[in-house]
Amino acid sequence: MTSLDLTLALPEILLAIFAMAALLGGVWFGQDRVAPMILWLTAGLMVLLAIVVGVGTGDPRPVFGGLMVDDYFSRFARILILLSAAAVLLMGQGYMLRQNLLRFEYPILVALATVGMMVMVSSGDLITLYLGLELQSLALYVMAAFRRDSARSTEAGLKYFVLGALASGLLLYGASLVYGFAGTTRFEGIASTMQDGQLSLGLLMGLAFMLAGLAFKVSAVPFHMWTPDVYQGAPTPVTAFFATAPKVAAMALLARLVHDAFGGAPGDWAQILAFLAAASMFVGAIGALMQTDIKRLMAYSSISHMGFALVGLAAGNAAGVQAMLLYMAIYVAMNIGVFAFILSMSREGRPVVQISDLHMLSRSQPAAALAMLILMFSLAGVPPLVGFWAKFSVLAAAVGAGLIWLAVAGVLASVIGAFYYLRIVYYMYFGEARDEALDNDMGVVERVLLMGAAAAMVLGVLNLFGVDGAAAIAAQALVR
Amino acid sequence: MLNLLSIITFTPAVAALILAVFLRGDDEAAQRNAKWLALVATSATFLISLILLFGFDAHDTGFQFVEEREWILGLNYKLGVDGISILFVMLTTFLMPITIGACWNVTHRVKEYMIAFLLLETLMIGVFVALDLVLFYLFFEAGLIPMFLIIGIWGGKERIYATFKFFLYTFFGSVLMLVAMIAMFMDAGTTDIPTLLTHEFSAGPLNLLGWQIMGGMQTLLWLAFFASFAVKMPMWPVHTWLPDAHVQAPTAGSVILAAVLLKMGGYGFLRFSLPMFPVASDIFAPFVLWLSAIAIVYASLVALVQEDMKKLVAYSSVAHMGFVTMGIFAATQQGLDGAIFQMISHGFISGALFLAVGVIYDRMHTREISAYGGLVNRMPVYALVFMLFTLANVGLPGTSGFVGEFLTFMAVFQVNTWVALVAATGVVFSAGYALWLYRRVVFGPMIKDSLKGLADMDRRERALFAPLVVMVVLLGVYPALVIDLIGPSVAALVSHYDAALAAHEAAGGLARN
Repeated sequence: MTSLDLTLALPEILLAIFAMAALLGGVWFGQDRVAPMILWLTAGLMVLLAIVVGVGTGDPRPVFGGLMVDDYFSRFARILILLSAAAVLLMGQGYMLRQNLLRFEYPILVALATVGMMVMVSSGDLITLYLGLELQSLALYVMAAFRRDSARSTEAGLKYFVLGALASGLLLYGASLVYGFAGTTRFEGIASTMQDGQLSLGLLMGLAFMLAGLAFKVSAVPFHMWTPDVYQGAPTPVTAFFATAPKVAAMALLARLVHDAFGGAPGDWAQILAFLAAASMFVGAIGALMQTDIKRLMAYSSISHMGFALVGLAAGNAAGVQAMLLYMAIYVAMNIGVFAFILSMSREGRPVVQISDLHMLSRSQPAAALAMLILMFSLAGVPPLVGFWAKFSVLAAAVGAGLIWLAVAGVLASVIGAFYYLRIVYYMYFGEARDEALDNDMGVVERVLLMGAAAAMVLGVLNLFGVDGAAAIAAQALVR
Repeated sequence: MLNLLSIITFTPAVAALILAVFLRGDDEAAQRNAKWLALVATSATFLISLILLFGFDAHDTGFQFVEEREWILGLNYKLGVDGISILFVMLTTFLMPITIGACWNVTHRVKEYMIAFLLLETLMIGVFVALDLVLFYLFFEAGLIPMFLIIGIWGGKERIYATFKFFLYTFFGSVLMLVAMIAMFMDAGTTDIPTLLTHEFSAGPLNLLGWQIMGGMQTLLWLAFFASFAVKMPMWPVHTWLPDAHVQAPTAGSVILAAVLLKMGGYGFLRFSLPMFPVASDIFAPFVLWLSAIAIVYASLVALVQEDMKKLVAYSSVAHMGFVTMGIFAATQQGLDGAIFQMISHGFISGALFLAVGVIYDRMHTREISAYGGLVNRMPVYALVFMLFTLANVGLPGTSGFVGEFLTFMAVFQVNTWVALVAATGVVFSAGYALWLYRRVVFGPMIKDSLKGLADMDRRERALFAPLVVMVVLLGVYPALVIDLIGPSVAALVSHYDAALAAHEAAGGLARN
């Protein structure tokens, strides 16, 4: 029933066709004049597709003979990816316009990367996995170097490309090993070659290489080196994009791979993930302490947060996957809020990114400062803000799986991490008033997203907006 | 009223929300409105909490006014009070209007200041009424945010260092407790505190990294909780954040920090450590008793040499909290009664002392003891009030300070005479530093010109002290007011504790055979 298969993959197909049509349209209608329109159309389509995915396109089932899987897990991840990509697109528009960067390719690249991510999270086969990953990565490499005349941006793009290609190579090598020893690229086929929860040595090697490649994509330590430089060098809207949707996609792909293909041998990969998690939490927390550039700080912060999300995966059970999904959803919401603010940071029309530029923001922009205060405490994981519940759920999953040492490591890292979030609060609130305040000309979209994210962090304590329930259903679909 | 506890807890938060949303501008009228609204809200909270006090049945040792609702991630929103927690709720609601009154002279960002205090009140009450482990943690930790801002924005010169130290110290202590709480959740399958109180956590020996751990899981959980509460109390040697925080905090912040926030540690020991991990508590009791004795003597000696009044009072707080931990871990009826009484009484006394320091700080803008002298000539009423609280701090019979110290001493003397002996020398030192402070500030010749124009306390300041004076004397001459209320709950706690220990002994005896 190929026609049904096509309907299940409809969101990906639509978005891909739209991207190509927009590319033609952009060239036809004279380049960058239509860029804002394409941007709004792309974001609108993404929201629409998120609704389509959410309402459901039939019962969950494998698509194209198992190449792709359309289950609740992939739906959850795809909705998250689509919504965050749309939000980042919209909030970046003002910045790109002011910087004279708003070419019509920008939204198209985001759309193509998003297609890649959607394929990644619904892949049921190593080939699909790689296809999605590369589509995403290639689009991201170009986006990192989007400011062509800036050495930093070009450097970021090049660095990202070289290291990313290396990671892709590792992943591909691992995949070929897995294929060689399992005799199939289908996830369920790989799972069925395992006997009594034992992986053959070849499969284990393949798994390790694939995990290394994916760890690069989620910027887990020790594969994190590219993150601060790329975050700093790329134009801020692109950084915002890097920090959100691709992280969700890579994390979901990781979960899909370890549970669908290697779910029979959780002991083998859980150890690796636990190590990656602990190392990321600490390196992220300690690395951020001395940063002066807020984009670099957010890079280290995201490394640390990926460590926490990995704690959930390292638990190796449904509770862990649920916790990871909840964590990613909350993480994305917080990051969208923070980046909406960073995008609007400017002085006399020029963008600034130094943390010290936030000096006494509470005087010049009390509402924005309050929202940032809430987001910072939420990122630090202080209750009752929603960031705490993210940490709570992954810690609970870890303790439930007997990984108490990992939970202890996590909370200790969160104390170190609290320091640099508090430092931002310190700049915004504790100084003496000075004249040189930031410009107070935040765009409407940025303001709405910043305030909305902050409000969500506070109001989420009532019921987490039901995201935990959705994550539980998604996790049940993945871990049977 | 079914939601009485929720109403008490969230009335201040609602007032804070009203302030945040509806109050505009920063002129004098807006500032006055903010202060009055905060005062009305906190007073209303106190009045409502009186309903709680009078509706409370002291003979019922279970939890009363219980509310339960489903919440997120399998947790429950559950509130309730018993004989131990109700007094802390009352202490908080009683002191809040006084605290608000103490910030009447603030002119810097008044609206935000009031919002911070109102939110803090909600969180403090929440700590004492929460009957769900995670809900407790939520209130316990969330209190750090407003306090961090209160010290950081409205504090003194070194406020940045002090507030970061305060936040990171307490945060570090608490996160380990969070892991322990999750472990309890996994072990018992619930975060419901009344259920956990009857749940027996395994106390069999445990091997960890080749170490044989006596008391097993209970010991590990106990240590994690201890890390949090010991920092909060604060106990020697993790007390060092307190003097810094106190000195830099604004007067009202110091009052609430000393009077209520420190009590959360003691309350935590009573609510969690003792009843939930009796075997571990028994193992660690001598250790805690000695730490307390050291704290009493050491903090008193350090207080003797302080030149800053607030620092002196802060160290005296550390010493008095030593009596509390001593009483709690004596684990007898007298000890627990004494510890709770000491906490309540210290709430009034230390609050009053910080207010008293604030009164002269407002006039002279210095807390140096050497900058004062002979105040009795210009401020007789102040001298009288200050004397009352100084003597109460020393533990003069007839004031509330005496009852708590006496009871805890009696308990500890029976359990560990040497600790009692060492701690008793601390009482002598405490008389030393308190009376010496009083002499240097209030008596002596008034030689400094700057002091000659001082005015005595005005009507607002007298009004702030009046209820505290009444409470300190009332509880001093009629302590049964408190003891009768807490007695049955404490008796139930002690018998549960003894029974658990006896059961463990019996089980251990069987295992050895």
